[in-house]
Amino acid sequence: MSEAQEFKYIGQRTIRPDGFDKVTGRAQYGADLNLPGMIWGRTLRSPHAHARILAIDTSRAEAHPDVFAVVTFKDFGNVQSEKINAGEGAADMLDLARNCLADDKALYHGHAIAAVAARTERAADDALALIDVKYEVLPPVLNVEDAMKDDAPILHEDQFTQGYEETPSSPSNIATRVEMKIGDVEAGFAEADVVIEREFRTPTAHQGYIEPHACTARYDENGQSMIWCCTQGHFDVRTSTAKLLGLDLGRLKVIASEIGGGFGGKTVVYQEPVALALSRKAGRPVKMVMNRDEVFIATGPTSAARLKAKVGAKKDGTITAMQGWMAYEAGAFKGSPMMPGVMTMYTPYDCANLLVEGFDVVLNKSKVAAYRAPGAPQAEFAAEMVVSEVAEALGMDPIELRLKNAAKEGTQTIYGPKFKAVGLVECLEAARDSEHYKSAVPEGCGRGIASGFWFNIGGQSSVLINMNTDGTGTILEGSPDIGGSRASMQMMAAEVLQIEPSCLKPIVADTDSLPYSEGTGGSRVTFATGMAVIEAATNVVTQVRERAAAIWNVTAEQVDYADGVATNTAGEDKMTLAEVCEAAKKTGGQISGTGNINARGPGPGFAVHVCDVKVDKETGKVDVVRYTAIQDAGKAIHPSYVEGQYQGGAVQGIGWALNEEYIFNEDGVMENPGFLDYRIPLASDLPMIETVIVEVPNAFHPYGVRGVGESGIIPPLAAVGWAVGDAIDRKVTELPCSPPRVLSLIQSG
Amino acid sequence: MAKSHVSTTINGEAVEFLCEPGDTLLDVLRNELQMTGTKEGCGSGDCGACSVTLNGRLVCSCLVLGVEADGAEVGTIEGIGSNDELHVIQQKFLEHAALQCGVCTPGLIVSTKALLEENPDPTEEEARYYLAGNLCRCTGYDKIIRAVMDAAETMRGGA
Amino acid sequence: MVSVVYEAPDSIEGAVSLLANADVPAHVLAGGTDLIIQTNGSSDAERLFVDIKKISGMNEANLTDAGLDLGPSMSCAALTERSDIKAVFPGLVESAWLIGSTQVQGRASVGGNLCNSSPAADTIPALIANGARCVIAGSGGERVVAVEDFVTGVGQNCMEKGELLKVIQVPKPAANTSDAYLRFIPRTEMDIAVAGAGVSVTLDDSGTCTAARVGIGAVAPTALLVPDAAAALVGSALDEAALQAAADAASAASSPITDRRGTADYRRQVVGVLVKRAAAIAAQRIKGS
Repeated sequence: MSEAQEFKYIGQRTIRPDGFDKVTGRAQYGADLNLPGMIWGRTLRSPHAHARILAIDTSRAEAHPDVFAVVTFKDFGNVQSEKINAGEGAADMLDLARNCLADDKALYHGHAIAAVAARTERAADDALALIDVKYEVLPPVLNVEDAMKDDAPILHEDQFTQGYEETPSSPSNIATRVEMKIGDVEAGFAEADVVIEREFRTPTAHQGYIEPHACTARYDENGQSMIWCCTQGHFDVRTSTAKLLGLDLGRLKVIASEIGGGFGGKTVVYQEPVALALSRKAGRPVKMVMNRDEVFIATGPTSAARLKAKVGAKKDGTITAMQGWMAYEAGAFKGSPMMPGVMTMYTPYDCANLLVEGFDVVLNKSKVAAYRAPGAPQAEFAAEMVVSEVAEALGMDPIELRLKNAAKEGTQTIYGPKFKAVGLVECLEAARDSEHYKSAVPEGCGRGIASGFWFNIGGQSSVLINMNTDGTGTILEGSPDIGGSRASMQMMAAEVLQIEPSCLKPIVADTDSLPYSEGTGGSRVTFATGMAVIEAATNVVTQVRERAAAIWNVTAEQVDYADGVATNTAGEDKMTLAEVCEAAKKTGGQISGTGNINARGPGPGFAVHVCDVKVDKETGKVDVVRYTAIQDAGKAIHPSYVEGQYQGGAVQGIGWALNEEYIFNEDGVMENPGFLDYRIPLASDLPMIETVIVEVPNAFHPYGVRGVGESGIIPPLAAVGWAVGDAIDRKVTELPCSPPRVLSLIQSG
Repeated sequence: MAKSHVSTTINGEAVEFLCEPGDTLLDVLRNELQMTGTKEGCGSGDCGACSVTLNGRLVCSCLVLGVEADGAEVGTIEGIGSNDELHVIQQKFLEHAALQCGVCTPGLIVSTKALLEENPDPTEEEARYYLAGNLCRCTGYDKIIRAVMDAAETMRGGA
Repeated sequence: MVSVVYEAPDSIEGAVSLLANADVPAHVLAGGTDLIIQTNGSSDAERLFVDIKKISGMNEANLTDAGLDLGPSMSCAALTERSDIKAVFPGLVESAWLIGSTQVQGRASVGGNLCNSSPAADTIPALIANGARCVIAGSGGERVVAVEDFVTGVGQNCMEKGELLKVIQVPKPAANTSDAYLRFIPRTEMDIAVAGAGVSVTLDDSGTCTAARVGIGAVAPTALLVPDAAAALVGSALDEAALQAAADAASAASSPITDRRGTADYRRQVVGVLVKRAAAIAAQRIKGS
């Protein structure tokens, strides 16, 4: 791509194509589909955090006059342990099955045990009480310290720690141990004038999407089974569900409804296979909608973590060594985002000596799922807090210290590649030069700054652009649109076709209508699906030139295409795109372009945030009074939705830093499973979130795009955490900075 | 148990329905009347996705019984704007990109309309507090508040 | 799921009769913002709801020379709109304005807040600070109970089966009197009080406090009237020392628990801070008027 591209549509703030339906209430979400003859499914959940299931007797429930079907794990058929691509990262099929419906053990409070389908939701709820389950209650393991002990109660007798040279012979709750390094940290610390080392703790935090998981499933023995659901990846729902129920992929169509937020949490299946199993047994369509408390207790939040960070630097600010240790809670089954935690922890720094060790630990809590830059916020929180403390110890401005050591083109990452062009330095400079950072810290307030790094991903996207005979078109894509991505797809196609974006209708197509597409996650859609759109649109342009050439009896090379008009360079002829489409029947049939790709080269995304907080010294209450989010977008296709990602990520991070946390009792029961006491930020809690879009183009994308969805949640944890400490002259080491914790820190003297 | 017969007015139209006395107005709107524009996010009055007006007052329809709608006037998202023309608030939400996933949007638009009817010239702080019961997890509220303030100004006549 | 029987009588007598004769658990439905959620989580097979909002006067408030007669099911939103009431009882109206969201205030009522009898109810400390009384109707006639005696435990109050809260009476304050209510929550809105404090003070012309009442919430099984805190204020010019003494008295009177909303020690400290701040605001209101 060229450095200075001129764009006709890219960069405008268009009205999103799905907007009308969303502001009028017409848009249909996961719970909004009703089918003729439809019945309701509800889930029986474990009251125990850890128990052996001795017997399940469903006969009384089955005898209920309104009940059509009851299912348990046995209804899944013969599920084998195998790796599948289920959302962000691989999962084990057997674990997935046992999370959807418990097999021989209930592994967390809220674990699904059985499900009932009945004429009404009320009847289904009533029938749950008629299922008799015999449990042998086992002691629960509720934190990583306990889970990692040699004598801890073991969740899985067949789990042996991976990642040591020799796999241990006794089972362990530690699923995986990872170590990554560059250089020699001991030598690095020996060179340092200042070494800071601290331990940190972050809580379990939920994605907190407003729409609960919901689906409607209809089984059809003739191979026309269908699931309608809110998901970030309907092709992955199809894979998981088909495997669990023993179906060929071609016999199951999954339709992605509109989705009311996901943030990673809707990349895995919970109810969908259960609903289809119920439908298979009941012979009717089955709808399942989670209650809010079920969303909290039984879907995947992100890992609580314990972390250590140690950073050494010379007097001039050169960082000489960085070391980290982390243990992440995976929940009931292996697979926490510890690995990306290890990989991202110190990646904003160009440092010759790095050593990071991580542990993936199972315990009796719900299995974690992806949450916006999964694993990175926890690890980078620890890193950024210690880097800021190094700056303080050196008497250096925290941005200057970061600029001096910033990762840049050519920096060796701990996970392998060297960076191509990245925008961290530009983000730090924008932060330094911002009005916010140049302003004095308000009286009684504290200020924090922090960086954040996320890889972003590419992956498989499939797109089909069908042109109509009047020159309008439909863009079929396979990426559920959670935050306005259809607008970006429309603009990128319009840019290639050189027609008004509103002439193109983007559709999130079902699994029957397109080849496989990976889900919406990893900040991949505008990058990867966007590349597929550009390819499909380019394909259309190629055909348009060929068709016009056929009409004019010239070669396609002799036809130019610009501003939506084909021109015969060997003559005087011109045809608009609409005219070429209209004439398509005479030149070989209708025009459509495909773009089925596996996109490589997602540009890493760096963000830098600046935060001012005010602390009530008598109550410990923290108010964010000013906040600025700066991030490299590569190229902002639709700036409003890019800013929206920065703002939304920042506020989720602020919530995580200030008040959000799972609170468990000693039996492993979550005590705050609702929006009342799991306190996500409110409109009245926040100031405007100022944004700066930095654009350092990604060479791998035709327009320079980098993903922007995730990096923004990383810096707030340390930006807020440091600001709070700055305001009260203490060191924050544990999140959230809830009022009781902050007051006790103030009073700790 | 016998169902209750309810006669009510929804968005200006006379509507009759049958419901269990324990069914919420939200259940009735979504499942009985197929008016799915009103969303359920929590069922406990903590998220505001189910906001409607009842006799002109903003309420969570998950905290109202269907039978309480008898003889009352209910206003939902389906009654705001028309096919031909969006309400100014809806238009401003689109212009300011004040929605991402959009599931909180119907509730926010119903609430914003109630706010601006009560207080046509709110301060930013007043708007933020009035809308505190409408959770949005995507936007961080910035663009929502900008849309609300712009809609207020436009509705006042661009003053 | 609970099977609900719904009745909406048009008289106090009708409501009392329904409540007295119920053979299943019977509940008064005012705004329903607590009752509907509690019913969804209940294991009762059947419940009777007696909706009192169709009874004349229940949704109204009258401000007279004697004080305020507050209909128990008047919504907090409707109360908040009454500038005449707010001018006399700013703290009480604030306490109603703090309950839940705008949407919740559209339904929730002071009477419902009182009868739900949560330790953390926002309006109860404010009612206590104002010396409010409950007029309770029953088949045997009416009785009057001071708000601080109305709530008897967590979720429990002094009303017997067949009784109904008819009206809340708040006596007209003496001259140079004002009130304030503050509660502490982790966010700015939407949370249940971690601690709450309602304070009413009367000042003489020299600014000396001549009378005070202090009610605190969320720091004991019931909201409490704290005479020691009031005594610390009376006779002082509400200087820092007197305010701190009142704060200490409130902390000493509290017996909070540790739960998901805060630790006992935290609540004990914060309730004192709130008493101090609320007293200062009430005094400022008198001086500013």
